[in-house]
Amino acid sequence: MPSQLTVTVNGAPVAVPPGTTVAAAVAIAGQSCRTSVSGEPRGPLCGMGICFECRVAINGRPHRLGCQTLCEHGMEVRTHE
Amino acid sequence: MAAGVHAAESGRKVGIVDDNPTLGGQIWRGTEAGPTASMWTERVRSSGVTVLCGRVFHQPAPCVLLAENNDSLHELHYGKLILATGARERFLPFPGWSLPNVMGAGGLQAMIKCGLPIRGKRVVVAGTGPLLLAVGAYLLDHGAEIPIICEQASWMSLTRFSMALLAQPEKIVQGLELKRRLAGTHFSANSWPVTASGKSALETVTIARSGKTESIPCDYLACGFHLVPNLELPLLLGCQIRNGCVQVDDFQRTAVPEVFCAGEPTGIGGVELSLVEGEIAGLAASGRIAEASRLFRKRERLRRFARSLDRAFRLRSELRSVPLPDTIVCRCEDVRYSHLRAHNGWRAAKLQTRCGMGPCQGRVCGPATQFLFAWSPDSVRPPIFPARVESIGHTNRELSETTGGP
Repeated sequence: MPSQLTVTVNGAPVAVPPGTTVAAAVAIAGQSCRTSVSGEPRGPLCGMGICFECRVAINGRPHRLGCQTLCEHGMEVRTHE
Repeated sequence: MAAGVHAAESGRKVGIVDDNPTLGGQIWRGTEAGPTASMWTERVRSSGVTVLCGRVFHQPAPCVLLAENNDSLHELHYGKLILATGARERFLPFPGWSLPNVMGAGGLQAMIKCGLPIRGKRVVVAGTGPLLLAVGAYLLDHGAEIPIICEQASWMSLTRFSMALLAQPEKIVQGLELKRRLAGTHFSANSWPVTASGKSALETVTIARSGKTESIPCDYLACGFHLVPNLELPLLLGCQIRNGCVQVDDFQRTAVPEVFCAGEPTGIGGVELSLVEGEIAGLAASGRIAEASRLFRKRERLRRFARSLDRAFRLRSELRSVPLPDTIVCRCEDVRYSHLRAHNGWRAAKLQTRCGMGPCQGRVCGPATQFLFAWSPDSVRPPIFPARVESIGHTNRELSETTGGP
């Protein structure tokens, strides 16, 4: 297993160790995850897949849970979509 | 895991469905699990249990569950089912709690276990319950700085709680260990967060403490108000719930034939109680009644600890007056406190404001409104987790006869 893998967050590459979740990669990239229905930025709250605040688009699929998805090399993550 | 191992070691064909991306539930997932976790993980592997990481979202027919993960839909057939749905943190709203970097105490810990860098960050820990101390110690071990740990309970309840600990040898050891790791950290009882502020993310937390308020600059607020059981799946299956917990008999059987329940859903009691309940359920589900009975005494002792947890970390009424009129209570639909206050129950509030109707399905705002307004969510409906349309479509087609696991 490689010691680091690279994903992109809104186009910018982020190198993370295997076992890192997408939500952690988004935080490392200095981003929040989604925009709420009244326009607030939101980031993870529960860290365990129940609050749905960490929703991001992963490889073009919207509404994926960032905290429950492990990073894979080459994954494209987009926030606030 | 304890239930699955005991059933598998009794010769049963066993599958575990874990919500998390890796086996181990909320406590043992991730790469840094300790010796107990490694022992159980090894036993799961060596006993031939099949593990599926995914989420059960529907029961389309008796003894059939549907689970989904990123890649696929799984139709699971069972003869006996042991529910171990665990617990989640209780979140209470306060102004600014929806800012990024305000997280659950366990939530922040889970994020760190999954790669969030915390070294050198300033973290205020707040809320209630023993989890605050465990998370505080974990944060320090990982290089975070903790200006203060705020516990809403009074010193008197905490003192009574420590007396109750004396009857629990493993808890005394854990308590002393936490005390050592937290030595020098500022701990304050009778204190709770009243505001979080910052431009696009958290910058400052204001806490109420001994009748005064105090603002503390920080990078993260780790804030949870003890735990509440995950009851959605037990409710969907028709289990009896009383006082917020799944009702079980001595052998962890629920009111639904063939369905057992173990761990936090039967009452918040921690990992040791969950393990022994799981062992009893796994043995009983495999017909090893006498062996299961031998564990009753240990379970009773641990249940006494669970009851002392409930008493010690009961929420103080002042927390009900922390939200301001424009404080968001339902984060999925951005429903504010003033819009909810006008309603006389959960159902009316849902119909009029969409509170609890977003993707979390009331998992966050449900326990909050239960505390703030004494509302109780009245039912669950499938899918109990958001699922893909094609997966829901499957529930309407004829279920296949042969697919599936346990």
